Amino acid sequence: MRQWKIIAKEAMARASIIAKFFGVLHVTNTYVLSSNHVMGPSMLPTLSITGDVVLVERVSHRLGKLGSGDLVLVRSPLDPKRNLTKRIVAMEGDKVTFSLDPTRSHSSRSLVVPKGHVWIQGDNLYVSRDSRHFGPSSLWAY
Amino acid sequence: MGTPSVLWNVAKKCFTVGVITLTVSDLFASIVPVRGASMSPTFNPKTNSLLDSLSDDRVLVEKLCLRNYKFSHGDVIVFSSPNNHKEKHVKRIVGLPGDWVGTIYDVVHVPEGHCWVEGDNSASSLDSRSFGPVPLGLVKGRITHILWPPQRVGSVDRKIPQNRVSSS
Repeated sequence: MRQWKIIAKEAMARASIIAKFFGVLHVTNTYVLSSNHVMGPSMLPTLSITGDVVLVERVSHRLGKLGSGDLVLVRSPLDPKRNLTKRIVAMEGDKVTFSLDPTRSHSSRSLVVPKGHVWIQGDNLYVSRDSRHFGPSSLWAY
Repeated sequence: MGTPSVLWNVAKKCFTVGVITLTVSDLFASIVPVRGASMSPTFNPKTNSLLDSLSDDRVLVEKLCLRNYKFSHGDVIVFSSPNNHKEKHVKRIVGLPGDWVGTIYDVVHVPEGHCWVEGDNSASSLDSRSFGPVPLGLVKGRITHILWPPQRVGSVDRKIPQNRVSSS
């Protein structure tokens, strides 16, 4: 009987160490810093096509200190399980002028970014699918 | 064994409990109060304007649905507002991606990766009829049970409105 008690106590101690580890890992990944492997041609030449490991910090978004020119990781509006890496071109309230297809035509359109949204574009305008296709993206953290 | 080491132990325990609670509430389930009358009579059926925070309904929000983003018609979800990501709203899913939803004036197609939400109390609910379809990435959880007040404890059922949605 006493042996079971000792074994149970030790199991609880080990389990609590593992639980603490996963807890700290989750809190750090979600609220402080995490790393991501991103790949694709839409951010050439900034990010390579075969894949880069980037450091993602999550504190600036909570403090509201994101601005145009920042590289951000957002959830794709077309598929919430996928993440996109793009650059913020305009914040809410700004007017943005863009052309849908730089290779085909010179025509451009303008619109004002609504409240709570940002306009994101990939650095490689020719192959990137971004706000020019799916509209302004709601300011959500990853 | 002086006061500093006791304080240090208490601080360590608080930190551990805090971190584990935060992790569990982010990944598994959490308990939140529901404010406002936009989901009457499912939540907050008494629509007196003096709804103080003690009489709000408290509900269980499960986060396991966020692994696959698989929702069904009639689920009640918590999502961040598309216009202000610091606010959270509670509404019911009426349309899933690809559905055609009928509003008063026209029929709207719900795009891929979005959902159409409406409050149960159509008269006083700011929902997709005002701000359009909500991206699924903004969804923060699904409400499964009411935990407070005690007389209305129970599970929250799916309610599918008739004749308004056509799935494709």
